[in-house]
Amino acid sequence: MTMDQTMATVSLRINDVEHAVPADGRTTLLEVLRETLGLTGAKRGCNQGVCGACTVLLDGRPVRGCLMLAAACAGHDITTIEGLAEGNDLTPVQEAFVEHGAVQCGFCTSGMVLTATALLKETPHPNVAAARAAMSGNLCRCSGYRKIIDAVVAAGGAR
Amino acid sequence: MNTYASQVGQSIPKVDVRAKVTGRAAYIADLSRPGMLHGAVLQSPHAHARILGYDTSKALAVPGVRCVLTGADFTEHFMGPFIKDEGPIAIGKVRYVGEPVAVVAADDEPTARRAARLIEVAYEELPAVLTPEEALAPGAPLVHEHLDSYVKVFDAKCEGNQFSYTELAEGDVERAFAECDIVVEGTYETQAQYHLSLEPCGALAEVDANGRVHLWSANQSVFRVQANVCESLGLPMSRLHSMTPTVGAGFGNKMEAHIQPLVVALALAAQRPVKMILSREEDFEMVRARHPFKIRIRTGARKDGTLLAREVETLLDGGAYADDSPGVLGYSLLMARGPYSIPNTRCFGRVVYTNKMRFGAFRGFGNGQVAFAGEQQIDEIAHRLGIDPLDMRLRNALRPGEPWFGGQQVNSNGLAECLEAVRERSGWKRPRPSRPGVKLGYGVSACAHVGGLLATSAIVRMLEDGTFVLNTGATDIGQGSDTVLSQICADSLRVPVANVVCATPDTDGSPYNWGTTASRVTYTTGRAVAGAAGEVVRQIKEAAAEMLTCPVDALEVRDGGFVAVTGSNTALPYGAVAGFTHWASRGPIVGAKSLIYDSPTIDPKRAVAVGLPFSRIGVFSFNALVVEVEIDEVTGKMSVTRAWSANDVGRAINPRLVEGQIEGGFVQGLGFALTEELVWDGPRLSNPTLMDYKAPGAADVPYEIHTIIVEHPEPDGPFGAKGVGEISLVGVPAAIANAAFDAMGTRLRKLPMTPERVLGAMLDDGAAD
Repeated sequence: MTMDQTMATVSLRINDVEHAVPADGRTTLLEVLRETLGLTGAKRGCNQGVCGACTVLLDGRPVRGCLMLAAACAGHDITTIEGLAEGNDLTPVQEAFVEHGAVQCGFCTSGMVLTATALLKETPHPNVAAARAAMSGNLCRCSGYRKIIDAVVAAGGAR
Repeated sequence: MNTYASQVGQSIPKVDVRAKVTGRAAYIADLSRPGMLHGAVLQSPHAHARILGYDTSKALAVPGVRCVLTGADFTEHFMGPFIKDEGPIAIGKVRYVGEPVAVVAADDEPTARRAARLIEVAYEELPAVLTPEEALAPGAPLVHEHLDSYVKVFDAKCEGNQFSYTELAEGDVERAFAECDIVVEGTYETQAQYHLSLEPCGALAEVDANGRVHLWSANQSVFRVQANVCESLGLPMSRLHSMTPTVGAGFGNKMEAHIQPLVVALALAAQRPVKMILSREEDFEMVRARHPFKIRIRTGARKDGTLLAREVETLLDGGAYADDSPGVLGYSLLMARGPYSIPNTRCFGRVVYTNKMRFGAFRGFGNGQVAFAGEQQIDEIAHRLGIDPLDMRLRNALRPGEPWFGGQQVNSNGLAECLEAVRERSGWKRPRPSRPGVKLGYGVSACAHVGGLLATSAIVRMLEDGTFVLNTGATDIGQGSDTVLSQICADSLRVPVANVVCATPDTDGSPYNWGTTASRVTYTTGRAVAGAAGEVVRQIKEAAAEMLTCPVDALEVRDGGFVAVTGSNTALPYGAVAGFTHWASRGPIVGAKSLIYDSPTIDPKRAVAVGLPFSRIGVFSFNALVVEVEIDEVTGKMSVTRAWSANDVGRAINPRLVEGQIEGGFVQGLGFALTEELVWDGPRLSNPTLMDYKAPGAADVPYEIHTIIVEHPEPDGPFGAKGVGEISLVGVPAAIANAAFDAMGTRLRKLPMTPERVLGAMLDDGAAD
């Protein structure tokens, strides 16, 4: 990112750590995560808010990193894929994605896992219909979605 | 002694899955090198124009810009898998809107992109050809004036803008049609589909102090990357070190070159590492897409439903460069008879240049297009004769032992079992209550697909502690080949998968592998892995014989990684053998196996082939598919509500990964059938964004995709396995079209089957296209 006079410093709380990062009025959250902080788990799939590969959680709700201006995220809690697992312990959603074969190329996976994490917080035991609805904003080109939906439902323990 | 269940046939998790669920897998866009610059490309605004000159001064004046290259900086070197017709950048003229004409390297990506837009190029516009018909018209402008002089790796029948003509024939088609009681004839059209690998294409190149180039890129073959870069830049292959990061899917679009040659050229010119990642729009506009087909087809049968004759003529839009087009043309003609015994068949077709982005390999490789036509005609005949369409297919299905169209031996054939399985599991046409305003229909399709082709090799090395490194050069693009090949290796060595690590493909360190394409890695590379592991077992026994002072043939290997005298209770762990070979005698154990697929496609006693670009292709997998569709009578929107896909894959090395291929291929086929289409507004692609190009999301696909794995082992496949990567996509548009006919009594002969087309067909009562 080019530093110039218009850059201001924005304070962002990401995965429970405060970061002071340079950002101008156009800098997106995705740019800050990937380029400034090296948190590359969020992916640039379309940079247009359609594919969902850059999904992160803002106060627990899924948002598109490419559509969020970094400056607008100050004062909010941001969770990225890097903030989920503690050490080598996967979260139940991550475990379910592993067990159900919900991962192929993996480029959508960070966004999928975070969207599912947010769903399970609001709806702890989603059924298939709820899982399909919640995951419908994240594109996957490999899986056909079946195993992703099965993983989300299994992570909630419902059927 | 350690014992464990055989891991072939077990659905173990993918070996790379933890890196992916934690976001730590590194894709090309995630890589960085010290001092790295960022690249950007300037694209052509014209479909066809002579380049008169460049002015790069404004771009070079932008602070942070380190290097600008245009076509004037390149000498003429050409790449291409079949016809060497493509340089790394437009040189002398542009041939499609979106073609790279100049590239910039700068300190950051926004600067590079801004500078690229400041490069001025003077053009003299030329008349363009935008459709195959325009390209074939007498006196049409030539997309390539020097087609005659290009190097070609097969007997291409070139004329004007036509760069390949292929014909295959068996039997006497005209006489057979005269004997038919019923003949159906029709024309079908299929559209351009975008691969939409979720990861856009990108590359990173770095030149070291000795002048060697190190290149990482999103790819399906580090070796094709090496060949394409070196051919198009005139470099010896030994100078280029091609590697792979984690790859975010391929489906064909990363098999041949994308921007790797340009990134290498920038790194050589700037003498700094350079990374370039395409935007989604650029990826849409300059990589490649599925070929649009026009298909004229007729099929004839006796009154009892016995198929006697088929004739197929295809016309393919190849776009501006040949790429894999001759292969797609030849392969689609080889598959156009369908998986049936039709004794008299003639298939011929052409592919021509147009002033559009190149079309190339895409999951199915032309098979889905011809199946859309051919599988509808099987239904049409069945309907006219009053035969159940599933019975019609069983009656004519290629029988075990019968050769394929062209004469190749088919060694394992589970087609009939696939058809019976989908009939039973779907309750074939069991009536279901239909809601008011919704038409309900059921459709079936059947197909085969080939997996194999070309060269592959594997090296298995025993490490000092008795664990193993497997190295094949096969890029895992997400489908799971690292896992499957590890399972094949581990089972061959009788050790747990945890004792085998799969090396990352690397042209310096890996043995040659043509690529992750053509449904080939499990079958072809798996054979090499089993062979290399077998060689390791042989060497383990030889070393153990020396250690135990016994004959080699008295020894056996046992589960868990032991070698022992047959019948004895004591066994040597592999670690002891490894220590012996590393420190005492014989030297470290290395097993290698190289092979090339070698069964001929054409039996000259049965068939005539003209212009076929491959002589030896691979082994046959089979598929049968039943879909249930609902059509909204008011809007024409068609939805698939349930699907049953049975696939004869020989042997499922990892059943869950096989299911993943079947489900994923089905849904990509669903997009091809219903919503996906690249649309050109004149010469310009009008929908190069995910906002305007509709690929299926989770809510657009049935949850009920029932996968059925049928296992008719391939005699020379590893543990009996054959390919599964593409086949589940092939029959999807046809099965849905057949279900649409079942629901509304009219045929859809043009893809995609949008609500407008479905509604038009309902209103036209049979006259619609």
